[in-house]
Parts: sequence; C-alpha cells; structure tokens
Amino acid sequence: MDLSSIFNVGTLLNTFNTATIVILAGLGCLMTAQAGMMNIGIDGMMTAGAFAAAVGSWYFGSWGMGLVCALLAGLIFGLFYGVMVIRYKSDEFIIGVALNIFAVALTTFILRTVLKQSGSFHPASGAVNTLPYFSLGEIGGTAVNISVMVPLSWLLVALCAVMLYRTPAGFWLRAAGEHPDSLRSAGRNPEKMKYVGALSCGLLCGLSGAYLSLGYLSTFTENMSAERGYVAVACVIFGRSHPVFVFLAALLFGFIDAAGMRMQGLVDPTLTATFPYVGTILMMVFLALRQQAKKKAKA
Amino acid sequence: MSESESIIRFSHVSMQFPDVLANDDVTLEIRKGEVFALVGENGAGKSTLMNILYGMNTPTGGTVTVKGEPIRVFSPGEAIRRGIGMVHQHFMLVPSFTVAQNIVLGTEPRRGLFTDAARTDRIVEELVSEYGLKVNARDRVEDISVGLQQRVEILKTLHRGADILILDEPTAVLTPQETDELFEVIRRMVREKQMTVIIITHKLYEVMAISDRVGVMRQGKLVGVCNTCEVNERILSSMMVGKDVLLDALERVDDHDDTVAIRVEDLYVSDNRGLPAVRGISLQVERGEVLGIAGIEGNGQSELIEAITGLRRRDRGTVEIQGVDTRGMDPGQIRALGLAHVPEDRLSTGVSAQSDITDNLVVGKERRKPFSVFGFHLNRRAMKAYAKEVFDRYDIRAAGIGTQVGSLSGGNMQKVVVAREFSFDTPVLIISQPTRGVDIGAMDFIHQQIMAKRNASCAILLVSADLDELYRLSDRLVTIYEGKITGEFRPEEIGKQEISHYMTGGGREASVDEP
Repeated sequence: MDLSSIFNVGTLLNTFNTATIVILAGLGCLMTAQAGMMNIGIDGMMTAGAFAAAVGSWYFGSWGMGLVCALLAGLIFGLFYGVMVIRYKSDEFIIGVALNIFAVALTTFILRTVLKQSGSFHPASGAVNTLPYFSLGEIGGTAVNISVMVPLSWLLVALCAVMLYRTPAGFWLRAAGEHPDSLRSAGRNPEKMKYVGALSCGLLCGLSGAYLSLGYLSTFTENMSAERGYVAVACVIFGRSHPVFVFLAALLFGFIDAAGMRMQGLVDPTLTATFPYVGTILMMVFLALRQQAKKKAKA
Repeated sequence: MSESESIIRFSHVSMQFPDVLANDDVTLEIRKGEVFALVGENGAGKSTLMNILYGMNTPTGGTVTVKGEPIRVFSPGEAIRRGIGMVHQHFMLVPSFTVAQNIVLGTEPRRGLFTDAARTDRIVEELVSEYGLKVNARDRVEDISVGLQQRVEILKTLHRGADILILDEPTAVLTPQETDELFEVIRRMVREKQMTVIIITHKLYEVMAISDRVGVMRQGKLVGVCNTCEVNERILSSMMVGKDVLLDALERVDDHDDTVAIRVEDLYVSDNRGLPAVRGISLQVERGEVLGIAGIEGNGQSELIEAITGLRRRDRGTVEIQGVDTRGMDPGQIRALGLAHVPEDRLSTGVSAQSDITDNLVVGKERRKPFSVFGFHLNRRAMKAYAKEVFDRYDIRAAGIGTQVGSLSGGNMQKVVVAREFSFDTPVLIISQPTRGVDIGAMDFIHQQIMAKRNASCAILLVSADLDELYRLSDRLVTIYEGKITGEFRPEEIGKQEISHYMTGGGREASVDEP
C-alpha cells in the first residue's frame, strides 16, 4: 500500500473543500448553542440554502443572486426556529427535527412539481452559475480550483470568534445562553440576543448550503447535505462551541472524508463512505470519556 | 447613630397575591446611612416588601417614596436609576465570565466596536480598592467561592451607582468567617460612603451584630421597629413568634406503646453544596407519639427528612424504620417498610400539578387492586370511585375530582397530599410543614387528621416552622440549630419564647436566668 496515494496535496485540498461545508454549518450551529439553544435543524437549513442558491442562481442568471436567495432561505428558517423556540418555548429538538424533514420534503416537492425534475436540478435552458474560484494550476496532471467560499469560511471563523469574545453583543449573547436572568437584571433583553443567535445561524447555514450547490458541486441534488448538518452539530459539541475548536473539528472531519475517498481504490467505496460518520462517532466517544475522566478527577 | 433624614418611606403598602396577603398595610421609614435589619419567619413578607422596593413587584396598595420622590413605575431598571441595588439569594452571575466581565455586563466599556478588556479590569480594580472588597478581577466566577461571588454581586450594584443596598439573606450561603468579612464590608460602606443598607435575615445574632435599627414582620404585617441597642434576641424572637392563634385543643388518646418505629443514630448529611447540614443527630419516635422538630428554616431539617425518607444520601449514621436498617435502600423500598411522607414543598414534590385530583390521590397505589388488575391495566372506574370517596372525606374544595391540582388553592392542594399519604395507612408518618400557606380552616382540619393518626398508634415525625403548630400537636419537641439538636422538651414545660432561644443558637446557659 502506497501511503502517498492517500496522503498527498490532493487530499489536503479535498480536506479543505469538504471541511468548508461543515465549518460554515458549524459556525451557524455554535451561534445558537452559545445563545443557549441546541439547534439540530442545521441540516434542514443547509438543504434549504442549497436549493435556494441553485434555483436562484439559475433563475436570475447570477451566482450573486443565488447567494442572496440562499441567505434569505436561511434567514426564514432561522426566524421560524427562533420564533418557535424563543417566543413559543417549543422543544428545540422537535423543532430541529421538523426543520430537517420539512426542508428535504419541500425542496424535493418543488423540484418535482414546479421545476419538473427529479433526483437533481438540471435546467433545460440556462445554467446554474457557480461561485467564483481561484485556480491553483495543475497538480499531478489535474487542474485544481478552490472556491472563494473556502477562504471566506476561515475569515468567518475569525469574525465569529471576535464577535463572541471581543464585542459587547458577543458577551450579551453568551450571557443570554448561560444565565439569561443575569443579563435581564443588567437591563438587557436576553430574548433579543437569542434571536440574534437564531438568525445568524440561519444566515451561516444558508451560506453553507450555497457552497454545497454552487461551489462544492455545481447543482442541487435531493437531500444533498447528506447529513453533514449532524456532523456540524457533533463538531460544535466536540469543539465546545468555540469557533476555533469547531473549525479544527471540521477540518478533522474533512480530512477523514478526503482520506476515505482516496482509499476507494483499496477498500470498498461503500465502506469508505462511512469513514466520516464513524470518525464523528469516535470523536464523540472520545469526548464523553474525557468528560467522565474530568468529573472523576474533580470528585 | 445620629438622627438623620429618611431616604425610603413605605406608607400603607399592601401586596395581595392571588391566595395570600403578603404585605398588609406596612408603613416604614428607613434613614439615610443606617443598617436596617428586617427580620421575620419564612413567609412573613420581608422579601416581598424588598422586592417591591427593587421594583420586582408592584404593590396592590400604598405608596413607596425614595429620596423624596414617589415611585410610579415599579421595575428593576427604575430602581437602579434611583440608586437601589439588590443582592438576591440566587446570584445573577454568568459562571464562565470573569469577575470583571460580570460586573460590567450590559454596560461594557468600549473601544470602537470592541469591548475594552483593559479598561474593564481597571474599572473593577478601582471599585475593589475604593470599597475594600477584595476580589480578583480576572478570576472566573465559576472558580471562586460563594462568598466571593456575593462580593461580585455587591460590586455589580456599586458599579451601577447604588447607594441603597438590599441584601436578601446574605449570610445563608456564607461560612462564619465570610459572614464576618461581609459585615466588615457593610460597616465600611456605611461609614465611609454614607450608604444605606437593608439586610433581610432570620438570624437574630446577626441583627444584633450589624444593624442600627430592626423591623420585625409577622404574617405580612410590620409588628414593630426598634433601635437594635434597646432590644435583645429574646425580645425579637418573641415579636417574631407572636401571640397564640386560638384553636380548640385536640383530643389526645393516650395508650402509647413503647415500640420504637423511627430510630436515627448519629446521622450526618450534606446539603446540595456538599457542606455539612445534619451534624450528628440522634432521635427516636415511638408508636403513638408525635415528635416535633422546632428550628428556623435552613438548619438541617430538610436534609434530615430527605435522609430519613431516602431522598438524600447520608454521609454517616443509621436510620431504622420499624426496626429495619434502611442503609442502601431507595425511597420506594423505605416506603415499603411502612412509611408515608408529606413533603415540605407540595408544589414541587408533593403533587403532580398538571394531573387531576384522581391521579394525584391514587398515585402510589396504582399497582394494587382494584386500581390495577394485572399490574399494568388501570381501572379508571375504581380509581374515580376511590378518589370521590377520599375527596369527600378530606373535604377537598374543588369543582370535582377531575380538577387539575395545580389550579387548587394552597390549602386544598395540601389536603390532596395529606389525603394521599395518610390513606396508605402506614405506621410511620414523616410530615414537613403540613400547613404552610394554608388558611386556618384547612389548618385545623389537617391538625385533626394528624392527631387522629397519632391516636391510632402511628409514629409521627413533624417538622414545622410554625411553633403554634408544633405545640398543638407534639408530645415531645426537639430544637435543631445548625444541624445539631440543641434541646429536648415536653411542650408543657417550656415557653415559646424560651424555645425560640434554643432555635437561634442560645444554649442552656443563656436560659438559666429565665424567671
């Protein structure tokens, strides 16, 4: 077995490409988590974003409008989540699950009845305009491109970290999540900050979706998030909701995914496809064991 | 203390909650620059009165004037603007934030778009040195002691510009040394900053130690205001306890059998914070007697009861029910030995508020015949018939057995708990605060039921904050203070004033001079 066929520059690029999906979704998830809400509807928000991006890009003939549509779709889902969880105090897990099921059903429904397509979106006329990318020349005989969304996601990691830990709004958002009454007694409204969390989650998940359908791939396919939203949730738990740690967890996930793809020649591809998810489970087991050890050390 | 101007004036303030009059026509003046102590038993209305001042409750009658200006809108924001700060029993702190971040929360100093961490720390360090409240600005709140967390709360009010400070039972969570330090801080704030401090407490020696004047509340009324130097703990405790409520004597049948049904030996139990709450208690209750435990709340009674009923782990010592050691048993197994329990907090542990009266009366018996035939199938008709019978026997006042228990008044809810527990017909009863917040009619009824159980040879352990109740029901009384038993009496051989002295830490020496 030749290790260099698995660990090479191509693997590294694939790592970044795949990780970007989870980085963006993870940032969204952690904005709600920091505001005291566990949002497992990430996957649905991504699906909605991916669909809106592809269709918007085709309909308006520009990737920019595709992006705007994805952000809007994310915002609507984020607002729905916020209203249900904050205003009506619904169970956040049920709302999250509902969003996931609803997003897949809605996008598939529109795709089949309105756009008369099934499986994936391939318009008869016009094209899905993808996001701009940087060309890195040729490596090993194939042209290598990196979507703008990849460096943008890194910028957003830094932005989220600064916002949460270096601005008043960030302190209020975290206080709203951890001890809402302390913020209330300081004369600030914790519900307002929770909405900030829910809406920014929607926007970031919309971006993640747009990258899925306009960067990572170049069209929408049914259920295209492939449960990566759940992986993002796992990364947020693993990275204790801190943008930088969530980023690192997402990179790890991206790497496992990319390495798995390289191994497809060696192992059965259906097996390698499970690697990222098995990796996620192992990460969670590791986290649980470490937390138990910590608890024991404290007691 | 010189006579100085009044800074706060309550005039004829009343607070009517749906089922209780928490403040009844309170008129009180607090002077600028004094330490004013507000004492009274639980439920006397002290916290309610201070919550009005801090704007958390809007009084249903009367006016409150602060610094010559009547308050029209009651809100914490308004109170903060008038220079009032309050330190609640439950702290309002974000555990993962630093001390400094908590103090400036909501009004963070900024530099451009960002928070200014250096200036935050500097502001806090200045506050710390100005008031002498030593605490490290960069420590995380979750890592510091409760005493230091309280300092952070005080600093927070000072940072918001408070010159009137309300402390709600500040020493309940403190060690004796932390208490001394807090008092030193209070004295300094009053002496050097001319602040006004109101301290709510029920520990009388603290009143003597810290306050200039003291107001005593009982059942929503302000029963007296005194200069602390002119009173002593005994006078105050008799004011807190008040006069007897006149109720007919209960019929006592004395054919007491000597079987010991509850035996507690050298029991040690910790509270939720892991601090010792019960410290070496031994007691016995025989069949056909009521043993009353008298103590100011928070002296280990709750933990004692929880340890006996199996709801709380014990650190050391033994508990025997009906001669069986209960070590390692869960609450269900202990109940199976023949024990029923009326818990102190009916709403959180006594009833299922969302369920109806029928379910609440049957629960615990649902696996028995006739309610369940095969152990899983519930016979609703039998349940309803049974509930109706108990409902009538215990005179529960509600539309019917289908009424949701959460919508009942305190007295009727308590009757549901008593009815359920008493109808297990167990030889051992553990009863906590059976008539708290209950009207006098329901109280008398519940007392009669307890006495009937005693006369039917039950062994009853009764915990109550109400001395009248303890005197009316108990065959023997023990006083508890800081997790230890400080005395054992027959109710007829000791007066209420003297016993309340034992409940507040006074010993036998102190009571020698009793005339």
